[in-house]
Amino acid sequence: MTEEERKQLLQQLLDKHKRGELKPADRYKIPPQNMPEQDPIKRRTNVNEVATGYTETGARLEAMRCLQCKNAPCIKGCPVQIRIQDFIAAIAEGDFKKGLAIIKENSLLPAVCGRVCPQEVQCQQTCTVGLKFKDATKAVSIGRLERFVADLDQNNDSIPAVVRETGMKVAVIGSGPGGIVAAADTRRAGHDVTIFEAFHKTGGVMVYGIPEFRLPKAIVQKEIDVLSKMGVKIVCNFIVGRTRTIEQLMKENGFDAVYIGVGAGLPRFMGIEGESLVGVYSANEYLTRSNLMKAYDFGKSTDTPILRSKKVAVVGGGNVAMDSARTAVRLGAEKVYLVYRRSEKEMPARIEEVHHAKEEGIEFHILQSPKRVIGDENSHVTAIECLKYELGEPDESGRRRPIPIEGSEFIIDVDTLIIAIGNAANPLIRQTTPGLEFNKWGNIVVDENCKTSMEGVYAGGDIVLGAATVILAMGQGRIAAAAMNEYLAEKKKTRD
Amino acid sequence: MPHRIVSKRQLSKDVFTAEIEAPLVAQARKPGQFVIISINNEYAERIPLTIADADEQRGTIRLIWQRVGKTTAELADMNAGDEIINVVGPLGKPTHIENFGTVVCVGGGIGNAPLLPIAKALKEAGNKVITIIGARNKELLVLEDEFTQISDELIVTTDDGSYGRKALVTEPLKELCQREPKPDQAFVIGPTIMMKFCCEVTKQFGIPTQVSLNTIMVDGTGMCGGCRVEVDGQSKFVCVDGPEFDGHKVNFDLMMKRLDTYKDHEQKAYEQYKKHRCKIGLDKTRNPKQ
Repeated sequence: MTEEERKQLLQQLLDKHKRGELKPADRYKIPPQNMPEQDPIKRRTNVNEVATGYTETGARLEAMRCLQCKNAPCIKGCPVQIRIQDFIAAIAEGDFKKGLAIIKENSLLPAVCGRVCPQEVQCQQTCTVGLKFKDATKAVSIGRLERFVADLDQNNDSIPAVVRETGMKVAVIGSGPGGIVAAADTRRAGHDVTIFEAFHKTGGVMVYGIPEFRLPKAIVQKEIDVLSKMGVKIVCNFIVGRTRTIEQLMKENGFDAVYIGVGAGLPRFMGIEGESLVGVYSANEYLTRSNLMKAYDFGKSTDTPILRSKKVAVVGGGNVAMDSARTAVRLGAEKVYLVYRRSEKEMPARIEEVHHAKEEGIEFHILQSPKRVIGDENSHVTAIECLKYELGEPDESGRRRPIPIEGSEFIIDVDTLIIAIGNAANPLIRQTTPGLEFNKWGNIVVDENCKTSMEGVYAGGDIVLGAATVILAMGQGRIAAAAMNEYLAEKKKTRD
Repeated sequence: MPHRIVSKRQLSKDVFTAEIEAPLVAQARKPGQFVIISINNEYAERIPLTIADADEQRGTIRLIWQRVGKTTAELADMNAGDEIINVVGPLGKPTHIENFGTVVCVGGGIGNAPLLPIAKALKEAGNKVITIIGARNKELLVLEDEFTQISDELIVTTDDGSYGRKALVTEPLKELCQREPKPDQAFVIGPTIMMKFCCEVTKQFGIPTQVSLNTIMVDGTGMCGGCRVEVDGQSKFVCVDGPEFDGHKVNFDLMMKRLDTYKDHEQKAYEQYKKHRCKIGLDKTRNPKQ
């Protein structure tokens, strides 16, 4: 469809709607609107964002596809219960400001979530339109619409109102998505909020992990700037547990409440022979070097090196695996293989990421997994030996269990191996916070209000959930902040 | 918050020391811990450096480093009054200090810097401290006076015999191990190859040996795993599981290879920097006109 045709179609639909004649059947007929993207060949050589965003007409047409279901099943799929059908109706009407205001009632970071939420397993999974076509990719593109209205607002400098100062102090540990929301929500309630970040730069996984081509850093920075303008204090290079403990923060520095949002931490390795050879990276390291430290500009304006590999294998099937593989392409690798031990159907990565990875030339090796890493006399990786797998009965995750096929060993020549099979909980807080309860995996135990076993201490995100998403971390940040605001109001009453 | 350099001194041709403002680190640090610093911009390389000493009252830490690449050279070109933008720490687990009885502390080259606070703490805990410090030549030997003060016995070696005994540190170490009673515990910090051979010696005599490893790091909090080493056949992270490990279980050969991962990059960056400092007149020997 050309832009002109889109405009005509939109006008017809709007006219029909005005006359009260627009039927669901008409809405079903509107073709799903694709979001314009950078050409796959071109984008292999740059780090700019892949998807460039809807035009106004594209967005309004997509919004017209929404049936405005009375029971709004989409909302039940949203971890933060955004009034989805209402914000989409506003977009269809062309009232983009109203659309954004509705989203912001529940979500602080729409420009981020519109980009990185796994909508196909959340709001878009339960969308009636998608169900009608028996295809989640044909559901209303809720995420793209969210991004559209959020991006229009990028030049807006307004900041959320902060009520009168309460004099109560809140420490937020970690400046990732959960920390940002917890800080904003407690600050809005008038508390004196300080964020402690271990890195020299704020944003957590949105800055060190998710690549620029999927989530531009400027968007994250804008959210951080809003916090600063609200009066949230930000302290970087501060490792809670090492620089000061939680106990010290509360007893000596007078913090009345603490939110722990430190993220996942330790990358998992496979425990196979050769995994410490030169050229084996955790995805965390590979992505941090590239994203946070801009290793792709090494020798020009940055100082952190990264191996410029020719043939790269990435192990894993999640978003982090896709990010790593696509980063390797952009760093100049000629061949990038994605090695995953189940089938594509079981991949936890978003469909869109899988699609983009394939478009960019990444070769998928499904039902395979490395058995050992082979190196040369200098201990540099030269190949991986893999085993083929087949799928058995479903395991406790509900996905079919991968079973290695005996004697199916084969070799893939590579000079770099990136392991993207998830993270274990970081032990720092556990080692330094006696009295805090953890489960057997090392994750912090919390109740439904994200309250931990320690008074005044709340937690959320990966350190609680294991592996979560940006939106789940945000959701917990919000729940925790509400509980903290309540706790602090009580505490203030007894203190005054 | 920037960190001011309070004082800086050149200890030998390529070894420097500076006292740097970092009040929180000074307060929290314990022997065996380190910091990660980056010097001048948000994309500057993050490098781990051991905390050689700290002054809680003054709010400063003391770093000692060897000029081996771009970042350490840049740091060497800074002076009192200049500021470093990022200092984070203290990182790593502190050294386990107790009264072992007789301990041998072996330091090689720049390894003397992290060894000093550990030796000090061991002495304070009531140990008999025998120290061996070595360097390639007299020029590169650092902290001899400091070790003299805290050691019950001090042995100095140089590879070329320009000072002290002409030997590698392993030689006097072996002699100490042969004494009766033999030492109860050894601490060895220095170049990887030195730690490897020292551990081979102490292993023969069954003397438990702690080594402190300095590997390539990015975050220093366990997040990236770049610092991992093979200990007893398992991947361990130097930043959160270490930096100290049982030296008899460390795969030093693999560690040395991993340390060389970015050798070419590092050389290129260092060469570029040397050319740059020559141009701006920092290097008077290379550009006498300046």
